[in-house]
Amino acid sequence: MSSSGAAGAGSTDSTAARRNTKRPKYSKFTQQELPACKPILTPRAVISAFLLVSVVFVPVGVASLLASRKVCLRDIMYDSKCIPKNVTNKVAYIQSSADKACSITLNVTKHMKSPVYIYYQLDNFYQNHRRYVKSRSDEQLRKRGEENETSTCKPEDMVNGRAIVPCGLIAWSLFNDTYSFSVNKRNLTVNKKGISWKSDRNHKFGKDVFPKNFQNSSIIGGAHLNESIPLREQEDLIVWMRTAALPTFRKLYGKIEEDLKEGELINVTLNNNYNTYSFNGKKKLVLSTTTWLGGKNDFLGIAYLTVGGLCFFLALAFTIVYFVKPRQLGDPSYLSWNRNPGGH
Amino acid sequence: MKRYVYINDDESAHDLYCDNRISNRKYTVLNFIPKNLWEQFSRFMNQYFLLIACLQLWSLITPVNPASTWGPLIFIFAVSATKEAWDDYHRYLSDKKANEKEVWVVRNGIKKLIQAQDIHVGNIVWLRENDEVPCDLVLIGSSDPQGLCYIETAAMDGETDLKTRVIPSACMGIDVELLHKIKGVIECPTPNKDIRRFDANMRLFPPFIDNDICPLTIKNTVLQSCYLRNTEWACGVAVYTGNETKLGMSRGIPEPKLTAMDAMIDKLTGAIFVFQIVVVMVLGIAGNVWKDTEAKKQWYVLYPDKGPWYELLIIPLRFELLCSIMIPISIKVSLDLVKGLYAKFIDWDHRMVDLETSTPSNATNTAISEDLGQVEYILTDKTGTLTENKMIFRRCCISGIFYGNENGDALKDVELLHAVSSGSPDVVQFLTIMAICNTVIPTQSKTGDILYKAQSQDEDALVQAAAHLHMVFFNKSGNILEVKFNSSVLQYEVLETLEFTSDRKRMSLVLRDCQNGKILLLSKGADEAILPYARTGQQTRNFVEAVEQYAHLGLRTLCLAWRELREDEYREWSLMFREANSTLVDREWRVAEVCQRIEHNLEVLGVTAIEDRLQDGVPETIETLRKAGINFWMLTGDKQNTAIQIALSCNFISPEPKGQLLSIDGKTEDEVRRSLERVLLTMRITTSEPKDVAFVIDGWALDFALNHYRKAFTELAILSRTAICCRVTPSQKAQLVQILKSCDYRTLAIGDGGNDVRMIQQADIGVGISGREGLQAARAADYSIGKFRFLKRLILVHGRYSYNRTAFLSQYSFYKSLLICFIQIFFSFISGVSGTSLFNSVSLMAYNVFYTSVPVLVSVLDKDLSEETVIQHPQILFYCQAGRLLNPSTFAGWFGRSLFHAVVVFLISIHAYAYDKSEMEEVSMVALSGCIWLQAFVVAMETNSFTILQHLAIWGNLAGFYAINWIFSALPASGMYTIMFRLCRQPSYWISIFLMTAAGMSPILAIKYFRYTYRPSKINTLQQAERLGGPILSLGTIEPQPRPLIEKDVSTLSITQPKNRNPVYEPLLSDSPNATRRSSGTPFDFFQSQSRSSLPNYSRNCKDN
Repeated sequence: MSSSGAAGAGSTDSTAARRNTKRPKYSKFTQQELPACKPILTPRAVISAFLLVSVVFVPVGVASLLASRKVCLRDIMYDSKCIPKNVTNKVAYIQSSADKACSITLNVTKHMKSPVYIYYQLDNFYQNHRRYVKSRSDEQLRKRGEENETSTCKPEDMVNGRAIVPCGLIAWSLFNDTYSFSVNKRNLTVNKKGISWKSDRNHKFGKDVFPKNFQNSSIIGGAHLNESIPLREQEDLIVWMRTAALPTFRKLYGKIEEDLKEGELINVTLNNNYNTYSFNGKKKLVLSTTTWLGGKNDFLGIAYLTVGGLCFFLALAFTIVYFVKPRQLGDPSYLSWNRNPGGH
Repeated sequence: MKRYVYINDDESAHDLYCDNRISNRKYTVLNFIPKNLWEQFSRFMNQYFLLIACLQLWSLITPVNPASTWGPLIFIFAVSATKEAWDDYHRYLSDKKANEKEVWVVRNGIKKLIQAQDIHVGNIVWLRENDEVPCDLVLIGSSDPQGLCYIETAAMDGETDLKTRVIPSACMGIDVELLHKIKGVIECPTPNKDIRRFDANMRLFPPFIDNDICPLTIKNTVLQSCYLRNTEWACGVAVYTGNETKLGMSRGIPEPKLTAMDAMIDKLTGAIFVFQIVVVMVLGIAGNVWKDTEAKKQWYVLYPDKGPWYELLIIPLRFELLCSIMIPISIKVSLDLVKGLYAKFIDWDHRMVDLETSTPSNATNTAISEDLGQVEYILTDKTGTLTENKMIFRRCCISGIFYGNENGDALKDVELLHAVSSGSPDVVQFLTIMAICNTVIPTQSKTGDILYKAQSQDEDALVQAAAHLHMVFFNKSGNILEVKFNSSVLQYEVLETLEFTSDRKRMSLVLRDCQNGKILLLSKGADEAILPYARTGQQTRNFVEAVEQYAHLGLRTLCLAWRELREDEYREWSLMFREANSTLVDREWRVAEVCQRIEHNLEVLGVTAIEDRLQDGVPETIETLRKAGINFWMLTGDKQNTAIQIALSCNFISPEPKGQLLSIDGKTEDEVRRSLERVLLTMRITTSEPKDVAFVIDGWALDFALNHYRKAFTELAILSRTAICCRVTPSQKAQLVQILKSCDYRTLAIGDGGNDVRMIQQADIGVGISGREGLQAARAADYSIGKFRFLKRLILVHGRYSYNRTAFLSQYSFYKSLLICFIQIFFSFISGVSGTSLFNSVSLMAYNVFYTSVPVLVSVLDKDLSEETVIQHPQILFYCQAGRLLNPSTFAGWFGRSLFHAVVVFLISIHAYAYDKSEMEEVSMVALSGCIWLQAFVVAMETNSFTILQHLAIWGNLAGFYAINWIFSALPASGMYTIMFRLCRQPSYWISIFLMTAAGMSPILAIKYFRYTYRPSKINTLQQAERLGGPILSLGTIEPQPRPLIEKDVSTLSITQPKNRNPVYEPLLSDSPNATRRSSGTPFDFFQSQSRSSLPNYSRNCKDN
C-alpha cells in the first residue's frame, strides 16, 4: 500500500494538498528549491580572474603613479632652522614673546602650475588622541545661542566661569605659524579664502558665532582669533578643526594663484610660533600642485602595480601548474570510499 | 507523604490544598519586567553585554556613543521579552478559559453550577457526556449500572482510543441521590506526575457500608484534561486540583538541549573573550606607559599633572569598550533566527509528509537542527518504527498443528477453517482466548459493524482474526463478555484481570463461563512467560519450535494457554489478589507476585504469529545512514530471533560472511561477565577487519552488564557499530542512551510508543514517529516524522545543511566583528594608544546590525551540495559528524583571515589617505567601506549556491551601505555630513576600495583555488563532480551496482561453504545456556538459510501492496 502511495504521489499531489490543510504550503522557497547558480572554481575561471585583475590593475597603477609623479612638490623642514643657533632651550624660546620671524628660501625645481597649494605639515602631532579629538562642541560652533554647550570641551571649556568660544583643546591649540612669500622681491599673494570645506563653512560654523574669551586662560595654546570676525570666516580654524587621523598630516594654509616657474627662488618669511619642540614634532612647509588623484602619493600606484603583478604571477603559476600537473576536477577516484568500498 | 481527602467536607480542605485555579503563567503584570530581565541576565553573554553597556555610560571612557551598544542590546532584549510576553498572554487566556468553565459540583448536598477554579479537594464533581474533566477525580458513580465509564485520554498521552474506568467496589450500587451526601476519606499519595499509577485507599463513612478499606487504582480515576465519552454521566471526588493534578505536575519546561555546535560556539566565544582580555591588558599597559612618557610632552592634550585615583584604569577600560565588539552581540539573535528557519524548513518539507496519513514532519524543538548533522549513534525502536505496526494475524500453531504455513495466511488455510467448523475443542478454546483474553472494547457502529477499540495492535489483530474465524467478540458490558460463535452466543463473566506489564510479559483473565459456571484462567503472553509455566507433563517442544520458526520469519509470536480453576482455589487466591491490589507500597511488584501464584500449570494451546510489515524504504534508509557513518542500535522489547530477523531484513546487520553477530547472554552474573569479555575480545581482534560486527544482548544480560560491568560494556559500545538489544525495558533504553552519551557520542533516539519516551527524552535528539501507538513519543520528541524513511532526509539534508550553515554563520559573525575590532586596535597604535575609536557610533552600530548581518542571514539558503548528491554519497556526512567545519582550527582560519583583512584595510586606508587627505571622518569611512566590500566578497566566496535572494542580500546590502551613508551624509547635524558624497566623487576613494578588495581577496581566492583543485576535500570533489556534470552520472550508475554483486557473493559463498563459521565466536554460542530462548545450537544458520527466504518475503510483501 505504501509503495503504491509513493508511486502515486505525483498524481495525488494536488488533490491531497487541497484535501488536507495540515499539509504545508508549497513554494520553491519553503522546499529550498530556489533556482541557484553554483559556480565552481575551475582553473579557467580562476586564472582568467587573476589575469583580469592584473590587466586592470597594472594600467591603473601606472596611471596613478604618473599622476603622482606629475605633482610638483617642494617642501622644507624649518623647525630647527628657525631657531637661532644660540638657543639651547628650544621650548623656552618658542614660549617666549621674542620675535620669532625667520626667513627661508625654496627653489622651484619644476614648473608649478597655478594653483599652488601651501600646506603646513606636522609630524608626531596626535590630533587623533582621544582626549584631544573629543574636546570640541559642534553645537556651540554652529549656533550662537548654544555657546554654553561646553561640557564636552574639558579642560578648555570655561575661563573664569564664562564659556570659551570656540571651546575645547582643538581650537585652543590652533596652529599659529604664518607665512608670506615673495619671488624676486615681489610679494606673492596668498589666497586664504576657500581653503576649508564649503560644507563646514556653511553648516558647521555659524556666521553669527564670534570668538569669546578665547586664549584668555593662564596657558596660551596656539593662535589667537580676531573676535570681530565670525567663525565662519575663520578658515584657518575651520581647517584645523578637521582633525587628522594620522600623527603626520598636512593642512592647507592657502593658495598661490599664479604659476611658479622653474628655477625661481621663493623667499618665505615666517613667524615660527607654534610649539612642536616639547614633543619633538617636526614642522614642514609644503608647496604642491595637485592632479585628479590628489597630491603627491606614490602609494596607490605602487600598490596597484604590486597587486597587479602578484595576480599576474599567480595566474602564471596556476597556468603552469595546470599544464604540468593536470588534475581532473571531480574525479570520483579521489573519494576515499570509492577506493575501498569495504569500509572506512 | 500522604494526603487525606475528606469527601464532601466543605470546610476542611479549603486551606490545606490549593483550589482548582490552573496557572501556567510564568509572569504577572507586575513582575514581568523584573522577572524577565532577571531571566535574560542570567545568561553570561547578556551579563557581559550589560556590563559593557553600563561602562559606556561613563563618558570618560566610552569611545563612542553609548547608544551603539544600548541600541542593539535593548532591541535584542525587547525581542525576546515580547516573545515571552506573547506566549505568556496566550497561556493566560487558555488558563482563564479553563478556570472559568462551569461545572456541576455538590455544595451543601445540592448540585450547583460553579466555575472550575472554585473546585476544592474533596468536592464531588459531576460530569456529563463529552465534558472535559476539570481536575483529578476518583470516580464514585456513573450512569452505567456496572459502574463503568469511558474516557478519552488524547490530551494526556495522545492515544485516541477509549479507555474504561470503573468506580471502586465500595461505591458500587449507591443510589444517585445518596451520592450527594456521601462521606468518607480517601488516602492517597501526595501529588505526583505519574499518570499510570494511583495507589490509594478509600473508606466510606457510615451509613455507607462498613469500615472496609477499598483499594483504588488508576482505573478508578479520571484525570484532568480527559473527556468523558459514551457515558451519560459520572461523578467523582476531587483529589488533586489546580496545578497539583497529575497533568499539572507533569507539565513544566523540559531542560533546554544544547547542541554540540552551541557548545563549540560557547567555547570559541570564551577563547575570544580571553584573547580580548589579553589585548585589553596589553593595550591598557601600553596606553598608560605612553601617557606617562609621551602624552605629558604633548602640551595640546593638556593632561593634568595629577589625575584621579582611578586614572590607571581609564585607558584599559576604554580598550575594553573598544574591543567589546569582538564578541558579536548579534550572533545570538542571528543564530536564533536561522535556527527557527531550519525548523521551519523541516515543517515545510513536502518530501517528509507522510502521504498515507498526511502528517507533515514537525520540529518541536527549533534549537537543535545542527545536531542532526552530527549524529553518530541512532538508537531505534523496532515495532512501529522500523515496522509499520500494522499487525496482521498470519499463522498459528494449535496443539502442534501448523496452520498457514503453505499460503502464509492462516485465515485462508482450509485446514483451519475446517477445524473451526468441525468444532475441534482445542481450536475453539484457542479462538476464545484470541477473542476475549484482552482489554479490547467492542463497539457497534450504527451500521451494525463491530469496531474494536484496542490499546495494543496485537490484541486488535487477534480479535479481528478470531472474528474472521467466526468467533466474534461483540459486546462487553461491565464484567460480562459476549461472544458469538457460529451463531450461538456465549457469555463470560470476568472475575479478575491480571494486567499486562512489561515485566510480566503476559496478561490473564480469570472468568466464569456462564454456560457451565466453571472458572477459567486464560493467559496470553510471550513464549518465555508462558511456556515455563506449562502443565507438568505437557510437551512444549512443539511450541518452542513453532516460536522459533515464526521468529525466523520475523513474525511476532504470542503463546496462548488456559486452565480451569477450582472454586476454592480461586477464592483463596482472589483474597490475596485484592490485598495485593490495595497495598500502597510496591503494589505493582506485589500484584505481579500474586499473579504468579495462579498462572502456572497452564495448558498451552498454541502459538499465534502476527506479522508486522517493515515500513517502506527502511532497508535503504538504514543502509544510507550506515554509509554516512552512523551507528545503529536497535532496542526492542521483542524476542531476540524476531529482532535479529528484522535486523537482517532491513540491512541492520549483514549476513555472513560479511557480517558477524556476537551474542552476549547468560542467566547469571558470572555467565554474563564471561560472555561479555569474550565478545569484547572478539571485537578488539576484528576491528581491523572490514567486517560488520554486531552484538546482540537481551534485557536480562543487559541488566547485569549495565549494573556490574558498565566499563566493559561501555568499551563494547564504543567498539561496536551495531547492536541489537532485545527484551529491554523503557528504562534500559534510556540507560543505553546515557552510556553512549557519556562516551561523548551524539545520539539520536527514534521511537513511536510510550515505551520510547524516556529514551527519546534522554537522547541528544529525540525523534518520534507519529504512528499508531499514539502520539506520546511524537509529543516528547524534538522532531516528529511520519515514517522512518524520512530520517534519511532529516539527517542528511536538513541536519547537514543546518550544520554547514550555522558553521559558516557563526564563524563569519566572529570574522566580521574581529575585522572591525582589529582595525580599531591598529588605529590605537597611531593615535597615542589612547583608545580613540576610528569609527563613529553610527557606523559601529550599523555595522553589526545592518551592514553585515543581512548577507550572512541568507546563508541559510546555501547548499554546498545538492540534496541528490548528498543522498547518493552519504559518507559526506562525516564532515559534519566530525565537526570539520566548525572547530578551533577552522576558527583559527577565520581569525587569521580577519587579521589579514584588517591589516589590508588599515594599511591601505592610512597610506592612500595620508598627509593632506588624512581627515579623520574620511579615513574612517574609507576603512569602513573597505570592510563592507571585503565582507561582501567573503560571503560571496563562501557561498556555494547563489539564489536570487543571495544576490539581493549580498549586493543589495552593499548598495544599502551606500544608501544609508548617503542619508547620513545629507543630514547637517550628523558628524559625517557630506563625507560620503565627497568620497564618492574622489577617484582615489574608488581606487583605494578596489585595491583593498583585490589585495584582500586574491590571496584568499588563490589559497581556496589551490586547495579546491589540488588538495580537495571530499565535499569539493563532489561539488566539482556535481557541477561539471560528467563523472557524477557515472557515479550514479556505479553506485547501486555493488549491492547486487555482494549479495550474489553472499549467496554463492553460503552455498559453497554453508557452515563456514568463524571459530572465534563459535564457542560463544555453543555454551549459551539459554536453550529455550535461542535456536538449538546453530543460531547463525539462518544467516545463510533464512536470510534468503525472508528477504524475498519482505520484498514480496512490499510489492503486493
